[in-house]
Amino acid sequence: MRRYGFYIDTAHCSGCKTCQIACQDKNDLYPELIWRKVLDIEGGEWEEDEETYKNYPFAYHLSISCNHCSEPLCVHACPTQAMHVTDIGSVGIDESKCIGCGYCTWACPYDAPRLNKKTGRMSKCDMCYDKVINNENPICVDSCPMRALDFGYLDDLEARYGDKKSIFPLVAEDLTGPSMVINPHRDSEKAGEGNSEIANREEL
Amino acid sequence: MTDSKRKQDIINRGIDRRSFIKWSSLLTGTLLGPGVMVSCDGNNSPTASSSAGEKIIRTGCPAHNCGGKCLLKVHVKDGIITRIETDDRQGDSIADPQLRACLRGRSYRKRQYHPDRLKYPLLRTGERGEAKFKKISWDEAYDIMHREISAVISRYGNSAIHVPYGTGSYTNTNGRWPAARLMNMLGGYLGYYNSYSWACTNIATPTMFGTLASGNQRQDWMNSRYILMWGWNPAEMKDGTNSDYFIRKARENGARVVCIDPRMTPSAVALADEWIAIRPGTDVAMMSAMAWVIITEGLEDNEFIQKCCSGYDSSTMPEGFEDEEAYKDYILGSSDGIPKTPEWAEKITAVPSATIKRIAREYATTSPAVLYQGYGMQRRAYGEQVVRAGATLAAITGNIGIPGGWASGLAGQAGGGPFWTVFPSGKNPVKARIPVYLWTEAVMKGTEMGPEHGIRGADSLDNNIKLIWSVASNILVNQHGNINRTVEILKDPDLLDFIIVQDNFLTPSAKYADLVLPACTQFETWGIEDGWKYGEEVFLTPQIVEPPFETKSDYSICAGLAERFGIYDKFTEGGRTEKDWVAWFVDEIYRKTRFSDMPPFRKFAASNAGVYTKPVNKPRVAFTDFVKDPENKPLNTPSGKIEIFSTELHNAGQPDEVPAVPKYIREWDNPFDEKADKYPLQAMGHHYNPRVHSTHHNNEWTMNAFPQRVFINPIDARNRNIKNGDEVLIWNERGRMRLKCRITRKMMPGVVDIPQGAWYDPDEDGIDRGGNVNILTSERWTPFARGNAQHTIMVNMRKA
Repeated sequence: MRRYGFYIDTAHCSGCKTCQIACQDKNDLYPELIWRKVLDIEGGEWEEDEETYKNYPFAYHLSISCNHCSEPLCVHACPTQAMHVTDIGSVGIDESKCIGCGYCTWACPYDAPRLNKKTGRMSKCDMCYDKVINNENPICVDSCPMRALDFGYLDDLEARYGDKKSIFPLVAEDLTGPSMVINPHRDSEKAGEGNSEIANREEL
Repeated sequence: MTDSKRKQDIINRGIDRRSFIKWSSLLTGTLLGPGVMVSCDGNNSPTASSSAGEKIIRTGCPAHNCGGKCLLKVHVKDGIITRIETDDRQGDSIADPQLRACLRGRSYRKRQYHPDRLKYPLLRTGERGEAKFKKISWDEAYDIMHREISAVISRYGNSAIHVPYGTGSYTNTNGRWPAARLMNMLGGYLGYYNSYSWACTNIATPTMFGTLASGNQRQDWMNSRYILMWGWNPAEMKDGTNSDYFIRKARENGARVVCIDPRMTPSAVALADEWIAIRPGTDVAMMSAMAWVIITEGLEDNEFIQKCCSGYDSSTMPEGFEDEEAYKDYILGSSDGIPKTPEWAEKITAVPSATIKRIAREYATTSPAVLYQGYGMQRRAYGEQVVRAGATLAAITGNIGIPGGWASGLAGQAGGGPFWTVFPSGKNPVKARIPVYLWTEAVMKGTEMGPEHGIRGADSLDNNIKLIWSVASNILVNQHGNINRTVEILKDPDLLDFIIVQDNFLTPSAKYADLVLPACTQFETWGIEDGWKYGEEVFLTPQIVEPPFETKSDYSICAGLAERFGIYDKFTEGGRTEKDWVAWFVDEIYRKTRFSDMPPFRKFAASNAGVYTKPVNKPRVAFTDFVKDPENKPLNTPSGKIEIFSTELHNAGQPDEVPAVPKYIREWDNPFDEKADKYPLQAMGHHYNPRVHSTHHNNEWTMNAFPQRVFINPIDARNRNIKNGDEVLIWNERGRMRLKCRITRKMMPGVVDIPQGAWYDPDEDGIDRGGNVNILTSERWTPFARGNAQHTIMVNMRKA
């Protein structure tokens, strides 16, 4: 089966979180329940040079949700088999089976499954299953004011945008086989050199 | 343990704490403890998936002066908005792009259905500011309004009434326009000119160009090879829907993009090839040094200067001013003995001289080039100067009147365009107008104000302001400089007889009202609006849901009051509803002027298109005719040319503060004087993603995504032993605030950022806990435009 995937253009992402809010609106999520989130990465240093600065830090943004991996560790970790691969290849949660234990969150290197405190069940991006089966894009994709997100068959995305699937701070792609392609921001390589961080943890 | 080992553990034997994987182990905490079990409370919120009985209505996003204007697809079921999507028109071309809503539009349900919406008219029972009110009926509210307005008119005259500036709602039928119409029919009110957004550029731009329409249509950026985003952050404040996206496309088209800003803004991160940090309030020093490089290296466009500019050097001075200081004299230092070299500017701006030289050369030689000026740097002490200095760089490099260039200044769209108020407010019989920022002066000592305060239309004011009717505005408290001063003025019963505030929420301003009127939102009535600054489009905003409780539209409120005054028919033109007005605007104004191809109202409304757009295939370029033939197509300036030397400013007779050529003037609060020992940090208040000014401050979705904080550079934090997330106290001679901090490398050292628009929320000690930067800002106005200089502030800070 051809896999679907997301394209994430970190070079042009302004970190505005319109994708995050569009997702919250479509899925009626309470404010702290965030499925698609946006990381603010900061790195580098201010180097003072008498009255000026000879070096500036850098930053970039990374919009990320569930990557509907080809080897979804959340599915392996789920004791009730609530977490499952759907008929379109996305990873879904069968709420009737979920006991809200949170093991899927532990297993996921992308921090995608979140406990819905209102239902007591785990919750996460479902790739807008209802839209995708109607040949529509997930809600976040067409929300982006910068047109920095795309969606489609993963092989098409790879042909169009390359096959990079990991930049700082993401884990190596071979761990779970995330269904996504990343256009790296010009400074993402510098971030791998250390002294970089997720700067907006309190927002995630 | 390696990630791959953890992976095998999970697959082989299930998960435990050892196999916990997170991105680069940077998220040390987890959002969830092990084995969390929460019982289902059975209160699942209804899903928003489309289903039977659901309607989808296309409409303009509620207009709050956000800097954009976008299209929404609003899902409605059983009279409730269940989801908000955005423009999905096919094509999405540069000529006719999708008008995609940002997070503020997408999150609108959290504002629309906020439990704190005003529901009934309220009458004050406690002291002003105590927020003690009682519910009254509309009948009582109208009686009170009629009585108070009549009393002030008979006691003092119409000029004692003020309907202040406010941009919380403006879809022609909404916002302050209907109130202005009613007051004009009742004999007028004290009006204003200028705005809180761009007072200085509004006044300074015409001194250069004789017009505010100094901008090309944005599609022309695709022709540019170099774009300087100077203090300009379209990715966050928008400045026209798609301005950020157009910069991206221009860059893909080959333009190099450089951002100059004290903050590493979202625009610096996502749109620019390079970011340069500059000390706030020193932009003119860098611009002057760039001019020094351009002039001394012979990179100026002499032909253009000779043909089109006045006052560049002694050979181009206007007649009668030959002996005055020309721009080149100032830059080379032949008049004041200070050559404006990059080394001189480096000490002021904190930008390395080598960088200044390089940017000057790049800008002057990579033609055509855009120098786009943001507005924050003109809301400063001598904001007039930065506008003129930027436009002067465009002039001396010949980047004016050519495709891919940019004249700078306010840069309204060439050939006219948005911000078109078609609602007929009528003529104001009171001729006197105040500069918008001086309304507190007019409350305290209006009768002492004259031309020196920028009074227009009259030599002086007859009255102090005695009654304020504030519609969709939060300037009474929240958005005006120096809140501690403002609230003392509002509280004084000897100054203001009566205050009326009309809004959706009990804002900090509304808490100081005597009478509060509950307005409905723009989803609950009809309106119409064109684009924000740029574009060729008109949005229809039909009524989508019913106004809840006893809320009414701004127009209905005014019509009800008109009835009390016996002029209902006159005010409503024989009973027009909001929808009738919108139909009239479309059929009698828009279609007969700017948009002849627009469908008639009936057809437009029935189509559910929400927007009419005119594709921009051949973008208009400002000053094309003038540049081709300056003799026969002169500008509307005294010399007919671009006035680098302005005779108007020269004649103002204040050469130190209002020089005739653009100059760097040290601000009255700055990091260089002795006073900086006491208040060593510069503070700024940028336009923040989750809000539009103060609108959306109570929006749980956007404010959870971007909480109100003070942003501090790590060096400044370290020096004060402040840790990320700490509560800090920030103060100066005007006020104190306490709020959480975010330490970020995106801020320049020596500068803190307190995003503007947060709601003032003082504790019992008068310390603001809401994070409103205006507790620190000043009421002092700029010397020529009499504009707000709210970004010129120095503060101190410590861990709370």
